[in-house]
Amino acid sequence: MPLISGALALAAPCAAREAITFDGAKLILTNGITSVEGSGGGGLATWATISGMGTNRAIGVSAHVTGVELPDFRLDTHGVAIGIRDRVELSYARQNFNTRQIGAALGLGKGFQFNQDIYAAKVRLVGDLVYGPGWLPQISVGVEHKRNLDGAVVRAVGARASAGTDFTVSATKLFLGASVLANATVRLTKANQFGLLGFGGDRKAARSVQFEGSLGYLVTPRLVIGGEWRTRPDNLGIAREDDAKDLFAAWAVSRHVTVTAAYVDVGSVATVANQRGGLLSLQLAY
Amino acid sequence: MMPFLLPLLLAAAPLAEPPVAAPAPTETEAPVDWDKEFGVVRKARDPATGEIPVDPYVQGDANAGAHPFAGDGMARAFGGQAGIRRITDRTLDLSVADPRIKAIFEEHDMVRLRRTLFEQVCFILNAGCRYSGRDMKVAHKGLGTTRADLNALVEHLQQAMREAHVSFPAQNRLLAKLAPMDRTVTER
Ligand code: HEM
Repeated sequence: MPLISGALALAAPCAAREAITFDGAKLILTNGITSVEGSGGGGLATWATISGMGTNRAIGVSAHVTGVELPDFRLDTHGVAIGIRDRVELSYARQNFNTRQIGAALGLGKGFQFNQDIYAAKVRLVGDLVYGPGWLPQISVGVEHKRNLDGAVVRAVGARASAGTDFTVSATKLFLGASVLANATVRLTKANQFGLLGFGGDRKAARSVQFEGSLGYLVTPRLVIGGEWRTRPDNLGIAREDDAKDLFAAWAVSRHVTVTAAYVDVGSVATVANQRGGLLSLQLAY
Repeated sequence: MMPFLLPLLLAAAPLAEPPVAAPAPTETEAPVDWDKEFGVVRKARDPATGEIPVDPYVQGDANAGAHPFAGDGMARAFGGQAGIRRITDRTLDLSVADPRIKAIFEEHDMVRLRRTLFEQVCFILNAGCRYSGRDMKVAHKGLGTTRADLNALVEHLQQAMREAHVSFPAQNRLLAKLAPMDRTVTER
């Protein structure tokens, strides 16, 4: 008997190599929502969270659609993300930016759309959003490779390139004692208007360091309200770019469905100032 | 759970997977006493407390794994000792009924767990208790619990607190004391 149980004990670690599956076991809302760039986050900021409801022994997936209605423009994004062992996140998002009347004024044609694909990867280095020492946030690094599909137009506007890669470092923590969620992200980027107007410009061609901050308050287990601030480069001489801000409410309708509504202020876009409007986002996560 | 029984149970569990041709008991054969076959000695419950004795350990509030709150605000938010007992009992009732994690509690001394979990939460909330149980690492050694199991338990605690009308900020303040224990109560 001791022999057999010894052998079985040795075999036990093999169980750790069992097929990795969905467990859908994250705590509700702790998967976050999806940013306008398709990675797990808040609305404007990329967070250190890994998309999907899977925990450290499972995988999770999510899909999102987001619409941002501005006085003179409309941005639509949709995308999918997969979270592996709550460690690695791979995401794809498509952004369609409709210039409406402004397109005509800019000589692009009424309703001209800028389109962009964003392929992103994120790795959680250390820490946990909820668990572990209260002072240690979940810290992740990410890359977002953006490919603008209207290269000729963005170059005509003054952009140096039609594709670019952002690098991010994010720290996100749920401070349970205060029911507060906080995020800070540093982004290295040369994207103009998230990349919708290309990358780099006459004023600055290289990447610069930008900051994204988010602060949220947990009102109930399913509702978080808060705000975000995102600084952005100002590379293009002809079109000033401002910081982006939002005030949001994210509501987990169920474990799998999160609806986010936000008031967004992106400042000046493509020569048109005061672009403030509403954001509505739907995320499905498993 | 008696620590020496656990390795045997763990070791025996995989045997159940491929159907080992166990000879069907015939009329002539007496049912096998597996405890006897495996040399398992079951400790008797203490007639006074109804608990199964555990291996000796050093007692102390430090075993609770968190410093208590100051003042009586949290104790009141939880409805005092009576409220806390309802919440910890309810948490365990929900847990042993949850198909995701019920198996982990099988064969464990729930009488003792009900008492010690109450003491621990009561101590942390500064509601007038001492914690007499084991430290979290020792108590959860070998259980093989995962993050997913922990989340399930937290969901039950949240439900129990909600049912007891504990305010959401106070719920989170207790969870903030428990959250740093994840490394000691989970293993995988
Ligand atoms: C922060 C989270 C947790 C806390 C505060 C906690 C608290 C406790 C306490 C106070 C004890 C009794 C110690 C003693 O007998 O001296 C205990 C034992 C136990 N816990 Fe937990 N626990 C936690 C997480 C979990 C999880 C996630 C599971 C599994 C789903 C679990 C399953 C058990 C079991 C089965 C025992 C009995 C062990 C035995 O009989 O030897 N616990 N826990």
